[in-house]
Order: sequence, then C-alpha cells, then structure tokens
Amino acid sequence: MTIRHFPTAPAPHLPPSRDVATLMRDVLIALVPGIAAHAWFFGPGIFLQIGLAALFALGAEALAARWRRQSARRLIGDYSALVTAVLFALSVPPLAPWWIALIGMVSAIWLVKHAYGGLGYNRFNPAMAGFAIVLISFPLPMSQWLAPAPLGAGGTDLLEILRAVGLGQLPEAARWDAISSATPLDLLRSGRAQNLLVSEVRLDPVFGDFGGHGWEWIANWYLAGGLWLLYRRVINWRVPVATLGTTLLLTLPFYLIDPAAHPLPLQHVFSGALVLGAFFIATDPVSGASTPAGRLWFGAGVAVITLAIRRWGNYPDGLAFAVLTMNALAPLIDRYTRPRIYGERR
Amino acid sequence: MLLEHEPGEVLHPFHGGLRLRHYKRQSLSSPVSRPPLPARLVLPLCQHQGRAGRLLVSPGQRVLRGEALTVAEAANQVPIHAPSSGVVRRLEILPTIACPEPGEPCLEIELDGEHRAVAPAVPPPWRAMSAAELQRAIAAAGIVGLGGAVYPSAAKLLAAGQEIDTVIINGAECEPYISCDEALLETHPERVLAGAGILARAAGARRLVIAIEKRMRSAERKLNARLEVTTVPTRIVKVPSMYPEGGERQLTQVLTGREVPLGGYPQALGLVVFNVATAAAVADAILDGLPLVERIVTVTGTGIAAPGNRRVLLGTPLHHLIADCGGYRPGAARLVCGGPLMGEALVHDGLPVVKGTNCLLVLDAGEIADSAPVLPCINCGECSRVCPVQLLPHELHWAIRAGDLGRAGEFGLEACIECGCCAQVCPSHIPLVADYRRGKAEIHAERQRRAHAERAKARYLASQERRQAKAAAAREAAEAEQRLAGDAAEAKARIAKALDLARQKKAKRTPMTTPAPSRSRHR
Repeated sequence: MTIRHFPTAPAPHLPPSRDVATLMRDVLIALVPGIAAHAWFFGPGIFLQIGLAALFALGAEALAARWRRQSARRLIGDYSALVTAVLFALSVPPLAPWWIALIGMVSAIWLVKHAYGGLGYNRFNPAMAGFAIVLISFPLPMSQWLAPAPLGAGGTDLLEILRAVGLGQLPEAARWDAISSATPLDLLRSGRAQNLLVSEVRLDPVFGDFGGHGWEWIANWYLAGGLWLLYRRVINWRVPVATLGTTLLLTLPFYLIDPAAHPLPLQHVFSGALVLGAFFIATDPVSGASTPAGRLWFGAGVAVITLAIRRWGNYPDGLAFAVLTMNALAPLIDRYTRPRIYGERR
Repeated sequence: MLLEHEPGEVLHPFHGGLRLRHYKRQSLSSPVSRPPLPARLVLPLCQHQGRAGRLLVSPGQRVLRGEALTVAEAANQVPIHAPSSGVVRRLEILPTIACPEPGEPCLEIELDGEHRAVAPAVPPPWRAMSAAELQRAIAAAGIVGLGGAVYPSAAKLLAAGQEIDTVIINGAECEPYISCDEALLETHPERVLAGAGILARAAGARRLVIAIEKRMRSAERKLNARLEVTTVPTRIVKVPSMYPEGGERQLTQVLTGREVPLGGYPQALGLVVFNVATAAAVADAILDGLPLVERIVTVTGTGIAAPGNRRVLLGTPLHHLIADCGGYRPGAARLVCGGPLMGEALVHDGLPVVKGTNCLLVLDAGEIADSAPVLPCINCGECSRVCPVQLLPHELHWAIRAGDLGRAGEFGLEACIECGCCAQVCPSHIPLVADYRRGKAEIHAERQRRAHAERAKARYLASQERRQAKAAAAREAAEAEQRLAGDAAEAKARIAKALDLARQKKAKRTPMTTPAPSRSRHR
C-alpha cells in the first residue's frame, strides 16, 4: 500500500460560519428600509448622496489599496467602505453639494481608516469622523436640511436636486422655508434659548408624534433594520440597548419634574440620529469596545454625550461627536472591563 | 467540598460554546469490527503526556500479545505493550502523529499472524485489591486518558492527593463526526460500567456519575439495564449536546456548577474525570489482565468510502485502517486525526495509530475551510461570546501578534483549552488557535529559558561563593601566616633591642670588668 500525502492546515477544519463581507452586506441590507423612508420624506436626494459617497469611498479605497500594495478587489470586496459611505450619506443633508461627500469620504477612508492601517486598525469610526470633519469645516451647507415631504415644497424635483448637489444652488422654494433650522432638534435648541415651552415649540409642523415629522418614521425603519441585525447576530444587543436605555433613563426624570421645559424622552430617542447611531454606528466593532460590560459602558457613554451636546452644545445633535469620544475611550474601557476567566478568583 | 446538589443532579450552563451539526450516523450505522492484522506495527515508545519507560526488548526478540515492551520507572512514565505476536525488527526514529517530522523513537514489530497472547497472569479478584494496588495495576497496564489528552490515568488517581468523592465518566462526545465512545457504549456498556466501578474504588470515591449526551438514547437504555455492575451508587446523566462539553472543565461545570480553579484540576473539587474508553480499558486490564493494546477508532468523513468504527491494534498504519473502511473517495482533500474542531491535519497516512487516536477524519475539498482569505481582526467580539473559558480571544490575538507574551499571559492565554470555538466563528478567518499554540509554546520556552538561566545563575553564584570562600580562606591563612611572621620579626626585634640595651649597659661597665668573653659569646 502506498502512502498518500495531504496538504495540512491549522484546525478547525469546518467551513467558517461567518465572514466580514457577509456581515457588512447584512448591515447594508438592514439600512434599506430606513433609506427608503428617507427618500419618501425628503425626496430622492438621498440616493444621489449615497451614490456620490459610495463612488468617492470606493475610489479612495482603490487608490489606498494601490498605494499600500494590497488587492483592491479584496479591500472593496469586504463592503466596509460601502457601509462607511452609506452611513455618511445618511448623516448629511440630501441637498448638500457634491464636494461634501468627496471631502468627507476622502478623509474617512484615507485619514481615518488607511492611515491607521485599514479595516480593523482604525481607532475611530470612519463615517462619523468624516462627517465630523465636514460638519466642522462647512457648517452652512451641512445645516441646509429640507422640511419633510408634506410640509416642504423642495427636494422632490430631480433637476432641482441635481442643481443643488452639483452646483450648490438651492431650489427657490426650499431656500427660505426649509433650510437652516428646520429640524426638530434645531427648533428645540432655539426654543430653549427663547425660553419657550416645549409645548409651544412643538406647535411647529415639523414635529410629529414623538420626534420630528418624518424623522420618527425613518427612525422606526432604522429600528426595524437594527432588530433584524440583532436577529442575524451581526450586532450585539448591548450597545443599542445601553444607548437607547440610557437616553430614556436620563431624560425621564427631567420630563417628569418639568414637562414644560423638557421634551418627552421618546422625542429624544426618535429625533436626530440616535436610533441610526445606536444600531448602526455605535455598534461598529472595530472602533468600539469589545468586552460585554465594555459595550454597555460604551453605549451609555454615547447616550450621555449625545444628550449633553443636544442640551448644552453648539450643535443640534451630538451623536457623531459622542461616538468619536467613546471611540477614543474604547481601549481604556476594554482594559477595565475584562471578564473573569473560567476558574479565576476575583 | 460541600455541594448543594450531588454532581449531575442539576445541570448548569457553561459560557459560550457552539451548537454544531453532528455527522455521527454515518460511522455508527455499521458494527464495530476488527481490520485484518497488518504486516507490521509501529509503536512509539511514548504515547502519552510524559516520558517513555525503560526499554525491555531488543531487535530480533520475539514478543507475544500483551507482553510489556517498556516498563515505567517514574510516575510520568507509562509502559507500552505488544498488541500482537511477532518479532521486534528495529528501534528507530520514525514519523508519528505527534511528531511527523523528524519522528520519535519507535519499535517496529513484524507480526507473525498467529496473534498469540502471553498466558494471562490470573488477575486477583479486584474487590480484594486495595486502592493503591489497583492504581499500580492500572499504571502497569499502560492506561492513559483515551479521550485525547492521553494523561496517565494512574497519575490522575495518585496526583489527586485530595479526597475524591466522585468519579465522573465522560461520555459527552461533543466533536461532530467522532463516535468511538458512543460505539463503545452501544457495544460494551457493561465494560464501561465495570471499569467505572474499579476506577471509583481506585480513587476511593463513593459515587459515580456517567455523563452521556442527550441524543444517546439507546446507549442510555443499555447502561441502565446493566447498572448493577458498578457496585457504587451510579447516576447516568444526560447532558445537552453543546461543544466543547466533553472538555473536563466544561463537563465539571455542567455537572456541578463549579469551576475548576485556574491552573488546577477537577481533583481540587473532589472529582476526577475519565473517558468512557479509559474505563473500558481499565476493565480489560483488571478483569482480564489485558493491557492497553487496542482501541476503538472512528474512521469517517465525506472523503471515506465506508465510514465506521474499528477496534484497532495500536501501531496499525493509518492507511491499513482506511483501506479497511473502503479507502478514500475521489474528493478526499484533508486527513485529520481527531475531530474537525480540535483535530490535527496529517501530512500522510503512513503514521501509526497510537493510544490517543480517537478518530480519523477525511474531508472533501468542498468542506474544508482554507479557501477563505484571512482578514484583519475587526474586533467583533464573537470569539469572546463563544469562548467557554471566557477569554477575550481577539485581545490574545493582538497581544501575540504584537509579540507581547506578558500581555497575552495577563489575558489568560494559558487557560485556553484550544477548543477552536473562536476560530470557528471568526468572520476574518484568523487561525486563532494556531496563534495561541505558538504563543503558549513561546511562553513555555521562555519559562524554560528563564528556569535554565535561573539554574545557571544559581550555579554560578554557588561556584562564585565557593571561590570567594576559598579565596577568603586562603587570604586568612596568608594573613595568619603573615601575622605569625610579623610577630616573630617583632619578637626578634624586641630581643635584639633588649640585647642592644643590655650590651650598651654592659659596655659602660666593660672597661672595669671582663668584656672579652661576653662579646665573643654574643657574636
């Protein structure tokens, strides 16, 4: 009998049960309902923003792959740049000029991701870092939000969208009634500055039942997508539960003490980027905490900082800054939340 | 140790683990048979965790089945025995499963095909034997843990030192594909029970727990039918099929809810765990006087034509065993010794079966993992969710990659049981367990280097001390001599001075008295 030779490989010898590309692809799929709702309320501008961001992100990724002598197909094939692009596009106003996406994506992919070593090595969430860079650098175009569909006139005409995004010319109708301080969080801020009661501020038609009109529905669809990701085990429950739970727990006492001065806790949850952030952004594994307890702290920290910025900060919403701050703290959190090893006494 | 419940009365969860699809039916559908005798057997002298015993035979010598080939002279040594009759051909370094390159010392026996056994020494009735006598008999029969860890069974009983009150027989065969334990329980439940009873006596335990998996219904029936064989209170416990429940530490946790202390053994909790096949081997040795010379091996996988379980003589070449199971299917792409999660991929099938060989798994090209490229870790934490030891596998990975073994140690690298759950779920397909083994080996080497350096230092310091002591003694002696010499000189000088004085005094008087004779006397 002759001896037969075989190639060897380290254990385990079963086909892997998951891979990075599938996880990222699931994240993209989970965003589809939210994106559809976004388009429903704010017009097709979001598709253009996603397209632009994806184009710039993939281009930046391909160039980075070339400079770093890596396979561009492999880098693009893990879908992580695409996730970054979509999350970024969902954070910017639908009528933001094209160069916002360019600058945001180039800084996200090159500065935040590849300068640190690429996927897995970036300390900060690329989408949020890119968003923060354009938000700080170009406050005006970044605050030009449209009013949701039934209220605003602009944003539904494709030609107008192309002119706005391509040339930076906002549609006539949108220029005055729907820009600059149209979002519910903006109104709450300015209302507080003028000592208005929450009930007075909420008279503005942009408010819906909980959050902003339209916004709350988009958040609902993000929530649905997030729950699907939980079901698929793509994300862990700890970060979203901690983020949303902390938001409710922190705002509830204020609301109970003085409902006239403080909005309903659910309003905090369903306005701005909180739901999107809790399920899709703060759950980014690379830049987040990785221990079970650490993830609870991470989510709680995101909520606290977001609320603090909403209440006292200069920006209407603070999720991006909250996530970036917690990204910086994540290694420290991990260090102090190491679980007890089996058989170890503590 | 005081337990709220008796072991196995209430089941407890362990952290993480995987629910895996099992592929055991394939190999369980045919009866356990014996392959024909091969032409020759190759027996590594050391087939366990420890050292080889002293060689008793030499090339050219005839041996019979059951004859001892080596003898243990220390607690970490275990003897090996001839599985069949024939002539010892050579003692040489040959490739083995444990060491395919360059190999380890092995005895090759050319079989005569007669399969004659040594006249079995009529074993004394085991009930008349003391625990210590039983332990000695188990050691002399060359019995080691057959679940895969191949730790000397007698040493497990001896090293206990603590009171053992429960012997746990481990029938939780959690690796997909492996079915040799289940096949044994199906065919020889009474052997397992008898061996378990003997082990309980040898351990001084007052009760037995036999843990089998929930799905082993027919084995459970058969065990229950023969329960009287064990002679100690016995509980059959069905544990859920969850990988890696068959691990000693995990099974202990499932049955008692307690964790084996870090770096310690279940003995610290008053428990000792043996595999079902180990128990059956003990029964063979103590009841029939047959030492450990054969075992049941599962031969299975998509690359095997007729999967099944075989009772195999130790030393049988793997290709002989595979040929007996119909040979390879066309797509056979990987040969694994053990299960798919923890098994070792083998370079070729010319290696011999040893005591720890529980399964030969041949996988099809479509089934194996290495088509997927390795990506960087994305910190997803899925590995720590499934880790039964509650480690943070990704942190270990970063630490080992950075070459920071100290940090890896802080994160509990040495507590890792290498079950492979983390690598199985890793979306970046990082061969984590391979990293950990390397890291552990480096820590071990570093520790040995340090111990070596420590010994060298101690030796150097001792020799230096000796040298210094010698030098000091020499110096002292020299000083003493010098002092003595100095004293003598001083005394001389004093004498001379005194004499001088006396002379001067005399000289003053000399002119008057008689100077001449005194001067001449003093010259």
